[in-house]
Amino acid sequence: MSAEQEPTFDLAIVGAGPAGMAAAAMAAELKLSTVVLDEQPEPGGQIYRGIERMAASRPRHLEVLGPDYAAGLELTRAFRASAIEYRNGTQVWQAEPAGRIFFRRNGAAGIVRAKKILIAPGAMERPLPVPGWTLPGVLTCGAGQTVLKAHGLAPKGRFVLAGCGPLLLLLAAQLTRCGIKPAAILQTTFNRWAAAPHLPSFLGTPGYLIKGLGLLRELKAAGIPLYANVSQIAIQGETQARAVEFVCNGTTRTIEADTVFLHQGVIPNGNLAWSMNLDHRWDDVQRCYHPKLDAWGRSSNAAVLVAGDAGGIVGAKGAELMGHIAAAAAAVDLGRLGAEQASERTRDARRALNKQRAARPFLDHLYRPEQRWIAPPDADTIVCRCEEVRAGEIRKLVSEQNCPGPNQLKSFVRCGMGPCQGRLCGLTAIELIAETRGVPVSEVGYYRIRPPIKPVTIGDLATLDVPERNDAVHM
Amino acid sequence: MFKLLPDSPSERITVHVDGQAVSVPPGFTAAAAMLLHGTGSTRTTPVTGEPRAPYCMMGVCFECLLQIDGEPNQQGCLVTVAEGMRIERQLGKRKVDE
Repeated sequence: MSAEQEPTFDLAIVGAGPAGMAAAAMAAELKLSTVVLDEQPEPGGQIYRGIERMAASRPRHLEVLGPDYAAGLELTRAFRASAIEYRNGTQVWQAEPAGRIFFRRNGAAGIVRAKKILIAPGAMERPLPVPGWTLPGVLTCGAGQTVLKAHGLAPKGRFVLAGCGPLLLLLAAQLTRCGIKPAAILQTTFNRWAAAPHLPSFLGTPGYLIKGLGLLRELKAAGIPLYANVSQIAIQGETQARAVEFVCNGTTRTIEADTVFLHQGVIPNGNLAWSMNLDHRWDDVQRCYHPKLDAWGRSSNAAVLVAGDAGGIVGAKGAELMGHIAAAAAAVDLGRLGAEQASERTRDARRALNKQRAARPFLDHLYRPEQRWIAPPDADTIVCRCEEVRAGEIRKLVSEQNCPGPNQLKSFVRCGMGPCQGRLCGLTAIELIAETRGVPVSEVGYYRIRPPIKPVTIGDLATLDVPERNDAVHM
Repeated sequence: MFKLLPDSPSERITVHVDGQAVSVPPGFTAAAAMLLHGTGSTRTTPVTGEPRAPYCMMGVCFECLLQIDGEPNQQGCLVTVAEGMRIERQLGKRKVDE
């Protein structure tokens, strides 16, 4: 069948995490013909990764991971029960706002068409570039949690967690509940005074504070050493992590570790939104860019909506609510639901979302990384993991060769041009440039992200069944 | 580097890591299989030959690039294992087939 003959969906959703799943369920309720494309083999996104298999084959691990994870089962069931087309294992490499989405599935390329596109690619972890962070044995806390959830894997030997944010403590607690205790937790950032003014609205979101304090108590009771306010973290090892060196209270310490989990909060997984040329704004508290959205998730492009953490970090519950609301907005824009009806149907969700959002400023300020953790002071620290570009090199190019921004950095040293396409170095690169130039980060801009946003081979392209027409000829 | 938790289901399939047969639970990804059975690095970089291993396990970092069933540059964390799958470390740059 030629791609031309495929039906045009009302709505294409990219991502099957909480935002994408909730959007799909709502879209189905509103009778929109909907396709969901997701690169993982199962629904759930990163937060509910592997939840269906775990519930079926190792229910005891559900207890270990806690009620917030188990809560994803209900949403996953609602998603599975919805009348939508779900394509798993599908990597989207280009989405055109005009309605064509190119993807790769089972080793072949394909296209779907849709009148509206709702992107929900979720979050990724903010890089924590420290000396030695590219060594085998160094992973993100998210990776540690992913393999625990999806595969029942836990680190062998001694391990350390370093950085800041709720996930750092949560992973430590989850592993401890399995009887696998970290050798130490190194906390980099904890701005209690900057966060204090935002405490009242944080307390308005039930459960958050109790959960946080509960984790700390649990780790303390298990006797896990927590070093606060550490600096100068460096991971040692030749071909594999062997130890972590750090400074705490003026004393340099070294802890042996075969595995190190790094984390300093999450940021929008932004390459899809950037590649669609959506307008972005710099958030100086979260220290990352967000696509500009209205209250319903509509982006600067009339055909594109964004839901979940990709639109600015809101957490799993917030993402689910955003998905629900954005699907209603898509139905309104398609003329399938009245604006007033949409307001009514989403009233509770919008109220609940405001509550979730109210908790963010406290967390954002509490864990807002200091300059030294986002613009590595040590010249030898790798910034761009793919092309092996170091912090000192970037500073030198900016100060001595007047390299003004991240795109010029590409031409000088290929920074951001490896297979990850700047995902892991983008924020570090712009922070380093801004710091060296002495200007605000928002003035430095970001990499120009172009499709394909996932690697595609010429062979893949050859499997694409596109009509024999080339618009470029007529231009 | 990693081990299976005690309460894991007992079902296994066989895959080949650098030619050696190993067993992993079904539903594993190729990168997870390397974490369970590999030691140290799973690739070396094209730029300086530094050793690397899976880092994010969610498809963004591209550190887990592996050769899977003969096809290079596969994101190991996004590929679900299948019986008999051949997973190989990827050393340096890929070559263009002649």
